[in-house]
Amino acid sequence: MTWLARVHVMLKPIVNDPQGEAILGALRSLQFGEVNQVRAGKYFEIQLDVPNRAAAERHADDMCRKLLANPVIEDYRIQIEDVSTPRDTV
Amino acid sequence: MVKFGATSAEVQVNYGVIVFPGSNCERDAVHVLTQVMGQRADLVWHEMTDLSAFDCLVLPGGFAHGDYLRAGAIARFSPVMESVRRFAADGGLVLGICNGFQVLVEAGMLPGAMLQNASLRFVCRWVHLRVDSLATPFTAGLSESSVLRLPVAHHEGSYFLDPPTLAELEAHGQIVVRYCDERGVLAPEANPNGSTGSVAGVCNLSGNVFGLMPHPERCAEPLLGGTDGRLIFESVERWAAERGARIGAAPARNPLVPS
Repeated sequence: MTWLARVHVMLKPIVNDPQGEAILGALRSLQFGEVNQVRAGKYFEIQLDVPNRAAAERHADDMCRKLLANPVIEDYRIQIEDVSTPRDTV
Repeated sequence: MVKFGATSAEVQVNYGVIVFPGSNCERDAVHVLTQVMGQRADLVWHEMTDLSAFDCLVLPGGFAHGDYLRAGAIARFSPVMESVRRFAADGGLVLGICNGFQVLVEAGMLPGAMLQNASLRFVCRWVHLRVDSLATPFTAGLSESSVLRLPVAHHEGSYFLDPPTLAELEAHGQIVVRYCDERGVLAPEANPNGSTGSVAGVCNLSGNVFGLMPHPERCAEPLLGGTDGRLIFESVERWAAERGARIGAAPARNPLVPS
């Protein structure tokens, strides 16, 4: 089966995000006065061929801990979606 | 090898300068170490794993593996890095300059993490450094309250430490250099990238692994506008001469650091 892992990596709340602040400033200058905070992060879409959802979650978590996120400054969130074609599931 | 009983003038330090795909300061480093400092230096491709010929490893500046994802994030998995880790655990000296510092941080050999500069811009300029710790082989030859002038050139050099880790590093003398003004005073204007506590360079608990964002190899000759970078390399030579033995035999904990 084929799974799609959607991985969001965000700076921890304690870490300053000058990129988010710059975007916040730009939005305000565009008259979006209602915006009070912007945090910029990274987003990955990773396709995996593993037998089940639990394995997909486990592998994606492993990838985050080893490479995709730096635990000193970043948190991550994983969503798994089944993207097998009908042929795969027969 | 460092000669037994050598004086500072005679000491021969064997440097290994690690080359990752995308490193770009390795030749400057070899030039300074050999032509200016008169030591031995060899380039070490990142797929090599035998580091037994060296006393001190230099991880040079550049963009190792393109700095994709985060600076140093992919370089830490280069085959050589497991050997670098063992080399350091055995007491060998490891110096990370700019990108090399970023690699050591990503590899977990030094604490903290690197963020984009607070200005979001690449910063290329001279900075002043206050030397906060003389208890490392890289700074032992400097004098108390030394102020060095070195260049920086980086985009991802805002060094982050959470408050408890900063306090811990301060308590253990691991904050080695901080950005300051020319009089040695810490000031926000003198901090080029928004680093926590104006920290420009730190060492590990044993003191034998040192990383800094400024480039000592770019200011070791008058022609280049400054020579303060020499002081770092002279410290290594003096430290090696005083030991009068292979550096790799050093104790796991730096005897200069009070326990």
